[in-house]
Amino acid sequence: MQPGQRPGSEAIAGKGWWAAHRWLLLRRAAQLSILALFLAGPWFGLWIVKGTIASSLTLDVLPLTDPYLLLQMVLTGHSPEQAALIGALIVLVFYLLVGGRVYCSWVCPVNLVTDAAAWLHQRLGIRHTAQFRRNTRYWILGLTLLLALVSGTLLWELVNPVSIVYRSLIFGVGFAWLLVLAIFLFDLFVSRRGWCSHLCPVGAFYSLLGHLSVLRVSAAARERCNDCMDCYAVCPEPQVIRPALKGAEQNTGPVIMSGNCTNCGRCIDVCSKDVFHVSTRFNNSTTSQFAHKTEVTP
Amino acid sequence: MSDSNDSMGVSRRRFLGDMAKTACGVALLGLGVGLYSRQAASLPATALRPPGALAEEDFLGACVRCGLCVRDCPFDTLRLSQLGEEVANGTPYFVAREVPCEMCPDIPCIKACPTGALDHGLTEIDDSRMGLAVVVDQESCIAFQGLRCEVCYNICPIRNEAITLELQHNTRSGKHALFIPVVHSEACTGCGKCEKACILEEAAIKVLPLHLAKGMLGKHYRLGWKEKEKAGGSLVTPDQQHEYNLPEGMRYDYEGRGLIVDEAATPTPFGDNPLDTLKRGREGL
Repeated sequence: MQPGQRPGSEAIAGKGWWAAHRWLLLRRAAQLSILALFLAGPWFGLWIVKGTIASSLTLDVLPLTDPYLLLQMVLTGHSPEQAALIGALIVLVFYLLVGGRVYCSWVCPVNLVTDAAAWLHQRLGIRHTAQFRRNTRYWILGLTLLLALVSGTLLWELVNPVSIVYRSLIFGVGFAWLLVLAIFLFDLFVSRRGWCSHLCPVGAFYSLLGHLSVLRVSAAARERCNDCMDCYAVCPEPQVIRPALKGAEQNTGPVIMSGNCTNCGRCIDVCSKDVFHVSTRFNNSTTSQFAHKTEVTP
Repeated sequence: MSDSNDSMGVSRRRFLGDMAKTACGVALLGLGVGLYSRQAASLPATALRPPGALAEEDFLGACVRCGLCVRDCPFDTLRLSQLGEEVANGTPYFVAREVPCEMCPDIPCIKACPTGALDHGLTEIDDSRMGLAVVVDQESCIAFQGLRCEVCYNICPIRNEAITLELQHNTRSGKHALFIPVVHSEACTGCGKCEKACILEEAAIKVLPLHLAKGMLGKHYRLGWKEKEKAGGSLVTPDQQHEYNLPEGMRYDYEGRGLIVDEAATPTPFGDNPLDTLKRGREGL
């Protein structure tokens, strides 16, 4: 990235606007269509999906339940009914396949808010914001589980912005818009990517799943990297890229193995050299399968 | 060597400092959430939980706030609390005076609940206890004024069991009856139809949560006559009969007739007419 240029501009110049936004657009489409499925019932009487993201019933047969919520519930001492157990198992298996934090970048509605804040943060050129340690989220995750254990109630659900935002969209807004505004302003002015990448315990839970998940982004053609830094600039969790992208000398494989990677695919979009690809954890050999293509001129 | 030791010391210090900061911050957050929850978990008396809801504390541990019960309620009775309302946010409730529970025999809200926060063991809607109707204001209830109303009695889905009419004498008119509605907790489900139907501006009969509506006798209390019935006889030694020192020809009946004067005995010191006694000694005047 040249000074003064926006991240991704080389990719737009090289691949064209659509190709340089492919994953971003797919992701937005996924977020909005999942929301639309939930809203089709209350708005248009099309009851395909009932409930909220916490627990839902699709076409009156498929139960889905947030496993993080189920974990808290078990800690409160309640043994859930079968529907919730099956629902949580399905969700668990799904995210173990496609990547734990796919929940964050492809489903969660707060991501739209925090991505907007990060984008504006970058456009306004705001510097010097507070930085939390990235493992703060695990502390908060532990706290939420402890609160459930000690209080015997789902305490975190009283304030959990992720479920509140979704529920308020489907069942009535109340004061939830204040919460959305607070998160937006927090991410914009107080701490860049503060909520999703540093604090959110839901993200922390799915990060733990992400350590084991199958589908991953790989810097498969890392030999082509020209150090433009665009991928670091757009990545919500830039610390995950380096071990994979620059790990050739340390004999580290090219697959991004960190559980914090959200599989958002934005790095694939903005890379003008097509370094990144969707792959699986099993394709992590240190010899590049793209080695023979390194001579290809852009 | 000492240089690297120093830098290690510094980084360790920084690491521990960072840890302490994070721990303090998170602990503060926990304190805030905990305190807020104390407030948020206090359910207002007008908010009733759906049929089969577990006891409030257990309910708040089991309900995932998904709203599936709300969706399957055919009468739009249930709603989810929104952020800023008094009811713990996201949990289902209804307000009897606005839309009462219609007591569907198949209880679709319970069937919809994926977690069992609404107890799947409840299969008879008549066994549900969402609250208890209480005639909270006898001063405004027109039945107590001697007027015929009986709307709560007639609307009650468990008619003549959950609410009965007890007749009392109307002391104002001296010749009419009061038709007093009386709620019986062994039958009332707390559906709220009586509160909804009450003809007053502000209902005189209200459904309250059970912990507000019910009293409880001390566990050590025993009702003598019930214990006697259970045991099939008196549990204490029979009383020693009191011996009255009575003049000849008189007895005392302990079964309730009291003092008995035998007819054939000598004339009593008193005549039949009490005036005779009063006049005694004044005959010469």
